Amino acid sequence: MRSQLLLLLTLVACGVISTLSSGMNPYYYDILVGIGINIILAAGLNLVNGYTGQFSLGHAGFMAVGAYGSSWLTLSYGYVLGSSSIAMSAFYVLALLLGGIGAALVGLIVGIPSLRLRGDYLAIVTLGFNEIIKGIIQNCEALGAQRGLGGMVLHTNFFWTFAFAALTVYVVVSLVNSTYGRGFLAVKDDEIAAEAMGINTTKYKVLAFVLAAFFAGIAGGLYAHFKQFIHPEGFNFIKSVDIVVMVILGGMGSTIGVCLAAVLLTILPELLRYVSRIDALPEWLRHVTENRMILYSLLLIILMLTRPQGLFGVRLPRKK
Amino acid sequence: MADKIILFLQQLINGLAQGSIYALIALGYTMVFGVLRFINFAHGDVYMLGAFAGFYIGPRMLHLFGDKPGYGVLVSMLLVTMILCALIGVLIEWLCYRPLRDRPKLTVLITAIGVSLFLENGGQFLFGADPKSFPEILTDSYLSLPESWGRISELGIQLSAAISMLVTVILLFGLRHIVLHTKMGMAMRALSFNPVAASLMGINNSVVIAFTFGLGSALAGAAGILTSIQQPSIDPLMGVNAGLKAFVAAVLGGIGNLPGAALGGILIGVIETMVVGYVSPTYRDAIVFGVLILILLVKPTGLLGASEQEKV
Amino acid sequence: MIEVFLPIFTLARPLAKTIVIMKTLVFSVLATVGLAASLLPLRAADDIVIGEFASLTGGNASFGQSSHKGTQLAVDEINAAGGLLGKKIKLITEDDQSTAGQPATIVQKFINQDKVVAVLGEVASSKSLEAAPICQQNKIPMISPASTNPKVTEVGDYIFRVCFIDSFQGTVMAKFAQSKGWKRVAVLTDVKQDYSVGLAKFFVEGFKKNGGEIVKEQSYSSGDRDFKAQLTSMKSLKPEAIFLPGYYTEVSLIAKQAKLLGLKCPLLGGDGWVGDSLLKVAGNSLDGSFFSCHFSAQDKSPVVQGFVEKFKAKNGALPDDMAALGYDSAMILAEAIKKADTTDGDKLREAIAATKDHPGITGKITLDKDRNAEKPATILTIANGAYKFEQSVAP
Repeated sequence: MRSQLLLLLTLVACGVISTLSSGMNPYYYDILVGIGINIILAAGLNLVNGYTGQFSLGHAGFMAVGAYGSSWLTLSYGYVLGSSSIAMSAFYVLALLLGGIGAALVGLIVGIPSLRLRGDYLAIVTLGFNEIIKGIIQNCEALGAQRGLGGMVLHTNFFWTFAFAALTVYVVVSLVNSTYGRGFLAVKDDEIAAEAMGINTTKYKVLAFVLAAFFAGIAGGLYAHFKQFIHPEGFNFIKSVDIVVMVILGGMGSTIGVCLAAVLLTILPELLRYVSRIDALPEWLRHVTENRMILYSLLLIILMLTRPQGLFGVRLPRKK
Repeated sequence: MADKIILFLQQLINGLAQGSIYALIALGYTMVFGVLRFINFAHGDVYMLGAFAGFYIGPRMLHLFGDKPGYGVLVSMLLVTMILCALIGVLIEWLCYRPLRDRPKLTVLITAIGVSLFLENGGQFLFGADPKSFPEILTDSYLSLPESWGRISELGIQLSAAISMLVTVILLFGLRHIVLHTKMGMAMRALSFNPVAASLMGINNSVVIAFTFGLGSALAGAAGILTSIQQPSIDPLMGVNAGLKAFVAAVLGGIGNLPGAALGGILIGVIETMVVGYVSPTYRDAIVFGVLILILLVKPTGLLGASEQEKV
Repeated sequence: MIEVFLPIFTLARPLAKTIVIMKTLVFSVLATVGLAASLLPLRAADDIVIGEFASLTGGNASFGQSSHKGTQLAVDEINAAGGLLGKKIKLITEDDQSTAGQPATIVQKFINQDKVVAVLGEVASSKSLEAAPICQQNKIPMISPASTNPKVTEVGDYIFRVCFIDSFQGTVMAKFAQSKGWKRVAVLTDVKQDYSVGLAKFFVEGFKKNGGEIVKEQSYSSGDRDFKAQLTSMKSLKPEAIFLPGYYTEVSLIAKQAKLLGLKCPLLGGDGWVGDSLLKVAGNSLDGSFFSCHFSAQDKSPVVQGFVEKFKAKNGALPDDMAALGYDSAMILAEAIKKADTTDGDKLREAIAATKDHPGITGKITLDKDRNAEKPATILTIANGAYKFEQSVAP
């Protein structure tokens, strides 16, 4: 009973901050909501890439399913529950959840066949599915095709973003501390040994994958109803890499580390805007800081060479 | 009916030309996988670097040959670019992958993604984002059969595409010779069979791995030049798509299997062209990835790959 | 599957950890936001601040960099001539890295952090569509240099553009094709580009309305390099012309391959063709082709020649259409600020909306009631590997 009460308290706190945040500088507000959405994405992906030791490179695809699914629902049926703001908000939350479930279903369809594969293959297959999902949206007139989809009502606020972020973190932490968590770790440490011990590795992998897809779908819905315009190119390979970098920087398998990395990497590009204006820096350095992807790629290489467990992860023994 | 057959044959030729490029790149993936058991994500970007090497060397090389495009320029450019790309490949291996030799595969995979992103974005930064026009090192023309042969004479092929296919075949046989009939090739095969046993037999694994990277990167560099003489517009992101397709080709043929990579490359080229010609270009990428997923589900070892028991 | 998820909700222990995590998060957010605020540059109070967002890196970088160079040139010129209303213009340029999500954040920064009086940007419609609602809500005028999607200015009365929209260009080219006496035309569209699909749609409508026949509609995706499959199936139908509303990156390769395949019919296109590498790559294979665009660098009028000279002196290359549009967007804004004699959003909006016969690089620009530019299209032809002026088509 105590746990539900505490979760409730966290949600109330989110609500209070949300009402207080109305006078906030919208630029900071935009960054804050971006942080919340990235926490959901990264903490979810951490289940797959961190705890279970698989490597998914197509997280943005599931985000797209949630974003387009929930937007399509609110755009076509937004008034089903009535046109008062409460009814609209209720439908919005329903659409978010349905978007998440849709993403989870896609995750299940993708996961069951591809999770039989090993690390490198999985990376490519998930990347391929990301492209396929993008391709389907690009060809779907009802979803705006290559024009993008706009006109969603601004529903996402501080409360909903961080309520879902808290829920994600709660579920992830609970799960990894349960018997299931042991199962994930067993799959990560040695799949063959785990199987020999009678662990159904496919079940654990699929569970992690489906949950991660669900949260990515929720994050997509939140994103769509915050920016109010979505475009297939916004859910491309680069976006997937963004999320992967958060997980790796934070330390695969460390929820708090990954959340901190999500915060850091959301703020970093904004800070770099100011860095690139400092006249004292040499010109090439300013240009490099303007190009986020160069920094990210260097970050990946250097981290892997020097600290593969990420900033906050626990060092694992070397294995052959 | 005759029209349809001619059209089909023409599309087949187009597909073969495209496939020969994929085959060259796929060979690099397969060789590295053979010795190191990991996918070198940055391989497609070495192909891009090959094209850019040609872009910068081309005008100077043309000058050496009296500013006349021709086969001499092409051959010497191919050689220089292949050597350059081999060096780049060895350098990447030495800087980024060698220190990770004993780490989990996931660590190496992430590093490879990092290297790939770095080459793409660094390339954009260094070369500029706009497409560059590749120098004309070969006067291109369209070859067709003599008209007296009847309807068949409607078939034809771009001269540069024909040369690419020819060069691909030559390189394939060269590679086959290296792998099957030289000491280094024997060492490569030994390493891919069992690294520990190979080193016990006195093979210097590091040298063999570096050599494999160099060889694969040289082929990618050659592919970069061959594609640029057919389609003389190059940009820093051109390796992304080609790299992915070549990877699919390598898996389709059976990763780790050299003839498989060549076959897979040709098949992917033909499938792509047929989808574009007869279905719709919008579904091309989806169908190529669909083929990959299907292969992985039905026969994960690929068309020519032998099944391998996971060693514990 | 269900029984898998049930145990989640019966666990109490992890909650303490959740709360610790949330706490750490809040603290770190506050700390970093505080740091960001302390880093804010102080700006001279008497500058007129204008925000420009563009794709300076990433997939659309070649267009973004061009339009930025044009905009920067305009601002430099205005400042060299003494600025506006006795103040200097300060142009703040932010790179959206060709990434979705960024434009909205950047425009929030412009409006709330930098207190801009107006926003300029962007080339890609998908980026403008993300930024426009925010400008509209905050009553900050926004002028897009080259977003051709009709939806952009439909967002609200604070959103303008200085380029023509897809329907105008598509129709102009359809009429032009008919004036040449062509009856059977094939269309090759870039399905990944909203712009290309839009142009093709209006071309096909316009062309069919007057009795023309579209013999084949084919497509490709940006980034493709081999078009022989599409061109081969077109060749067998013997079209009199091919409408090719793509970007120069692919058009140059398509032209080259079409020529090699023996497709001799002329190619038709739109302003996406304009780019530095078009003729370098295509060589002579585009001879006899026609395309509509915004201006011609050969235009002898002093306005255009002055711009071309200054641009070349500063950037060492000929300006393209994106640069000209970027320049015009900044100049129209400057004109409006001068006329309104204030930078107040409402009055500035009215002044921009009243723009009439502005002598821009891309022709005499009048903003219509839908806040779209009304101006002539220039049709260029290519002969011996060089551009030649063909005709000017009034709206």
